[in-house]
Amino acid sequence: MKRFRRHGQESQRDRLKQELFAFNKTVEHGFPHQPSALGYSPSLKLLAIGTRSGAIKLYGSPGVEFMGLHDENAAVTQVHFMPHQVELVTLLDDNSLHMWTLRGHNGLSELLEIGRFTLTGPPGVTRVTAVLAHSSGELLLLGTEGGHVFVVEVPGFRELEERNISLDQVSSSIPDDYIGRRNLEHVEALQENPVDPDQVIIGYGRGLMVIWDLEKKLAIQHIPATQQLESVCWTEDGKYILSSHSDGSYCRWMVGGQDMNEEEKSDIPYGHFPCKAISKIVQLPTEEGPPFLLFSGGMPRASYGDRHCITVIHGKTHVALDFTSRIIDFFVIRDGPQRTGDPSALVVLVEEELVVIDLQTEGWPIIQTPYLVPLHSSAITCSHHVSTIPLKLWERILAAGKHQNAHYSKKPWPITGGQNLAPDPPQRDLLLTGHEDGTVRFWDASGVCLYPMYKLSTAGVFHTDADPNDNMNQGTEGEWPPFRKVGCFDPYSDDPRLGIQKIHLCKYSGYLTVAGTAGQILMLELNDEAAEQTVEAKVVDLLQGQEGFRWKGHTQLDIQEDPVMFPAGFQPFAVVQCQPPAVVTALTLHSEWKLIAFGTSHGFGLYDYQQKNSVLIKCTLNPSDQLAMEGPLSRVKSIKKSLRQSFRRIRRSRVSLRKQHVNTATKLQEANARLEAELAEMELAPVQRKIEARSSDDSFTGLVRTLYFADTFLSDSSHNTPSLWAGTNGGCVFAYMLRLPSVEHRADEPVTAQLSKEIQLMHRAPVVGIVVLDGHGAPLPEPLEVAHDLARAPDMQGSHHLLVVSEEQFKVFTLPKVSAKMKLKLTAVDGSRVRRVGMAWFGSSRTEDYGESGLLVLTNQGDVHVVSLPHVKMQVQYPCIRREDVSGIASCVFTKHGQGFYLISPSEFERFSLSTRCVVEPRCLVEAPLHSGCSNQHQSQPDGASSTHRYINLEFAVGQFEPGCYMMLVVTTAMLNESKYIDFNADPVEGIINIRWTSH
Amino acid sequence: MNKNHRVPSSRSLNAVEVKSKFGAEFRRFSLDRSKPGRFDEFYGLLQHVHRIPNVELLVGYADVHGDLLPINNDDNYHKAISTANPLLRLFLQRKEEADHGTFGTDSLTRKKNTVLSAVLLRPDHNKKKPPVIISLPKDFRPVSSIIDVDILPETHRRVRLYKHGQEKPLGFYIRDGSSVRVTPQGLEKVPGIFISRLVPGGLAESTGLLAVNDEVLEVNGIEVGGKSLDQVTDMMIANSHNLIITVKPANQRNNIVRSGVGGGGGAASGSSGRSSDSSASYYGYSSHSAAASIPPHIIQNFPVGELESDEDEEDLVIEAGGEAEPIRHMASNHSMSSLPRYEPHLNLRTATTSTFSINTNGTLPTSGSSSSLSNIKATTPSPDRAMERGSLEEDGTVITL
Repeated sequence: MKRFRRHGQESQRDRLKQELFAFNKTVEHGFPHQPSALGYSPSLKLLAIGTRSGAIKLYGSPGVEFMGLHDENAAVTQVHFMPHQVELVTLLDDNSLHMWTLRGHNGLSELLEIGRFTLTGPPGVTRVTAVLAHSSGELLLLGTEGGHVFVVEVPGFRELEERNISLDQVSSSIPDDYIGRRNLEHVEALQENPVDPDQVIIGYGRGLMVIWDLEKKLAIQHIPATQQLESVCWTEDGKYILSSHSDGSYCRWMVGGQDMNEEEKSDIPYGHFPCKAISKIVQLPTEEGPPFLLFSGGMPRASYGDRHCITVIHGKTHVALDFTSRIIDFFVIRDGPQRTGDPSALVVLVEEELVVIDLQTEGWPIIQTPYLVPLHSSAITCSHHVSTIPLKLWERILAAGKHQNAHYSKKPWPITGGQNLAPDPPQRDLLLTGHEDGTVRFWDASGVCLYPMYKLSTAGVFHTDADPNDNMNQGTEGEWPPFRKVGCFDPYSDDPRLGIQKIHLCKYSGYLTVAGTAGQILMLELNDEAAEQTVEAKVVDLLQGQEGFRWKGHTQLDIQEDPVMFPAGFQPFAVVQCQPPAVVTALTLHSEWKLIAFGTSHGFGLYDYQQKNSVLIKCTLNPSDQLAMEGPLSRVKSIKKSLRQSFRRIRRSRVSLRKQHVNTATKLQEANARLEAELAEMELAPVQRKIEARSSDDSFTGLVRTLYFADTFLSDSSHNTPSLWAGTNGGCVFAYMLRLPSVEHRADEPVTAQLSKEIQLMHRAPVVGIVVLDGHGAPLPEPLEVAHDLARAPDMQGSHHLLVVSEEQFKVFTLPKVSAKMKLKLTAVDGSRVRRVGMAWFGSSRTEDYGESGLLVLTNQGDVHVVSLPHVKMQVQYPCIRREDVSGIASCVFTKHGQGFYLISPSEFERFSLSTRCVVEPRCLVEAPLHSGCSNQHQSQPDGASSTHRYINLEFAVGQFEPGCYMMLVVTTAMLNESKYIDFNADPVEGIINIRWTSH
Repeated sequence: MNKNHRVPSSRSLNAVEVKSKFGAEFRRFSLDRSKPGRFDEFYGLLQHVHRIPNVELLVGYADVHGDLLPINNDDNYHKAISTANPLLRLFLQRKEEADHGTFGTDSLTRKKNTVLSAVLLRPDHNKKKPPVIISLPKDFRPVSSIIDVDILPETHRRVRLYKHGQEKPLGFYIRDGSSVRVTPQGLEKVPGIFISRLVPGGLAESTGLLAVNDEVLEVNGIEVGGKSLDQVTDMMIANSHNLIITVKPANQRNNIVRSGVGGGGGAASGSSGRSSDSSASYYGYSSHSAAASIPPHIIQNFPVGELESDEDEEDLVIEAGGEAEPIRHMASNHSMSSLPRYEPHLNLRTATTSTFSINTNGTLPTSGSSSSLSNIKATTPSPDRAMERGSLEEDGTVITL
């Protein structure tokens, strides 16, 4: 009977768990790792990026984003939108073509793969090298390595053999005097005549270009360029063709001219000495004035061959935009309803960032990207999330950020496709990332777009090796080529000691503390005005007279003694420097008590930032631990440095991904052979692990892992006092009772700390988290939270409990007398270890008023768990990160509302949610553009899978109908109950829109 | 067969002949078997009869098997007297010159097969066995035991290693490997975890119960299948205070023989009341040739109460200004509900069939233990091996080597 009742309770609990917890990976923030292809649809105003890992990502207006992943896991080499449609075609490294579409479902669009296709035939012949999505929307022209052009009907991928353009057909009509007629090589470029869709130009690798009439199936004109061809561009009016070549030259050819064999104009822009190839060239007209000429590459090989440049020439203005990483591709956005007006913005995808340049504002400033921001412009070293920022602080940070963004263009973001239907985020969340170069970046993490708000640099406080005059943006007058540095990606830190390791922001007071690699801890406060001030430094000796130690790591940073001008924003007012200057491993701030606590591998300290005085220093170093004096992985650092250099070298030598595929194939084989050899070696000498109990003599037992302030019952059960708790790597917990002077004497009477308790966990596993739970079993609120009426005051009546989280188990102790009450063993039962813990509040999805606190746990196996409080029982467990992804696991940060972030690459955060109520994910709709061009024979694509079709005709007066108008469709969608798939066909002449919707 | 096995004379019913040797000198005297007195009196008597009043002595005697065993407290003194048959041969050594290694089996009668080797060792009598050496009783401490013999398949062995309070390292390494399993589909190669190395002088090696290439199947009752090497490493370290490893020994010839033919039925009944620390593991046999040359510690049972307190390790709390005190355990543990519970195997309070226990100061516990000791001793050397097994099966487990 009893068992039966318990069973009932269990199922009730299970139901509650379902209402509280659900695991979802919702959105990826940041810049895609290793992008390899770029596409743009002027009609949809959507940008597509393909990556080396086979992902395809679409971006429109902020908040509109889609992601798809090819099953093949091969690099995406080309992305082409079908003109005026919601379909796009991707070409992969394995020679497969994929058709994707944006399909409406429940009022939202989804990116779906709807077809795949591979040309059959010998790979040397049918390897696709060029793709043209024909403006009819029905044809794909595929240029191949063998020189043939295959014509394929889409979306069904039906080969139209009779329309193929074989090499024989072309070569039979080549002029006899053309040098390269015997071997035209692969098809390098395919372009459609902008004024006559029946004409396409086929550019062969050897240099020859042929204008082909698709209807008549014959060559109209041969253009006998003799240099290796890189790209071809047809001018807007269809009268000229521009070709760019591997020797850094470009040529302009007249179409249909009498003198067919002479280039009208030929130039090597950075000539005299040998130049590198111009890989892509575009010329665009302006309504008044000279056209824009844009090309990538073409730099003098010897002196600037390692630069990644795009040259923009407009009239007398000539700029070589100098990027910090390899250029993948670029395109130009144009004004006007038909996207045929003046060029307005240049969008460049380089390997590490997306740069958008405003071509209509004087000086061509950069437009700040609202998404795809490179998180890793300097490597991320730590992150810190603060939920529910008060509006006041939010606005002040935004204002400080505005000062920094003065050099950006005022123009709005030009890529505006789709509608963001996601509701406004319920709260303002801030993600702070610390970087290797000593900066802290503040990101608006409330919604789908991780938007940069403000950047804080701590380097100004210190003297560093960096040369302050080394301003790369200043090109000398009259320099040729006229370089201009663009982009913010700069992974090379001048001084690794500046790296940020720990961050703590108090959202109520605006106090911020950051700690770094060389034992530096900065206290900062938000100031809306720029101010010049001297920063006071306090050196704290954590060894406390322990003898026989000599620090072998880096030296401490030197403080600037002169007053420093700090811009508006967070300004440092106090600096603590730990001695030895080891990396800071734990940091916490209590803004109400005006105290910070910090720890390193040698000990911890407590600092009163009001009186600028250290209150307590405790050395935790084991006298026999010599390894702790080695410095922060000094040897590892140097390995990292040399790796970096070799990567730089590789990056330089890498010319073009596509061209080297033969080469890469052999390289791949080599790499595989090496891997196999390594594996065979491993078989011989298998990895073995030592089984040994932890002992007090292990290295780094004194490393401080966690610090925690609590107002609780430390000495007796009737008086609560402020306390400081510290947990070490050796399984030791220290508790100090703090005595704070009354508010009126706070500035002059000293704060004191007295050791009250010391707990040595018998299993000696590192202590990674300490939390005090109040009488209700809820964690104590943050400092000032209650004062701001934002949290319920903690229950001081019932007895408090201490939760100690070690890497191996969760243990609850009573307070003030510390005795074990409950525990949950993790490692002993499943072999996983705790890597990250965080407190979170979970609201029920069913009832608004129910919620509970839980402990979020990430293990070294990459699983996330929720552990209930105060009973420490496992609630749910989900696999989240691959266990091999050590840096992903190390980068994980939890929010207070059951979400989390981790790095999936150096430049991207994956956002996940364990809460049913708090989910941030993209919800957006992209409508098919109203195609109103000259091709009124265009039929809407039938949906093969559809079941029932119904037609309604809506009639409009001719004058009312504006091409490219979206409003109409939105209205109709609403009429059709939102849940239908809609096809439509507009006829501007008749003023009729055919709308067909499909009920699924 | 053995000189000590004389038919006791009527005289010996209440008198014990003592022949004591110190250096080259012999002394003979007799003691009353019924009133042996205390050890310190006996010690004084020896000093007196040898006229060496101020020499620190190490007293040893030859037992019925011809093993040299120490006399250093009342219990083993009484044991020596009570088993004298009737001659008690004593060997005295100066403490500073003492050769501790001399105590142990076969120490006196190397050329003969002892009772033990006949009963417990493999029947290859012709093979010369290295002597098993027994250290001084003051060094005795629990090291390991074989448990749950009645519920495990015969091909598996569950070994418990006692790490508590010892400086000695656990001392072994594990590696990845693959093992062959019999499945309904036939033989299948599956990844497994194996012992890759034993550190000389480490706990694991000294027990002799674990060997290189033994496959690790469970750690403290949790199966390791599907877990990575690092996970298993962490599990073992997390359980290092009371590590229980179930292995499939690489050498399957030393398996424990289950009681009777109906052993399967016994296992099915699942009566963990029988799951006891194996008495047979008392003798530090050397099944692995590598381990044979190193003197192992005696493997023995350990008083049950002490195990229980050790099972849940105690954290140490130091109150400022106060004394250090271990944390009392208040409520039951909450282990992960989704995972198998281990308690049936760990609950050793029910395991009461301990047979031969020596606590740390070397005294023998009374009643049950000593009776089971005599149980072993009563087994006279006999070629009838089946009968021997029968008599030993009362303890539930036997090791055949």
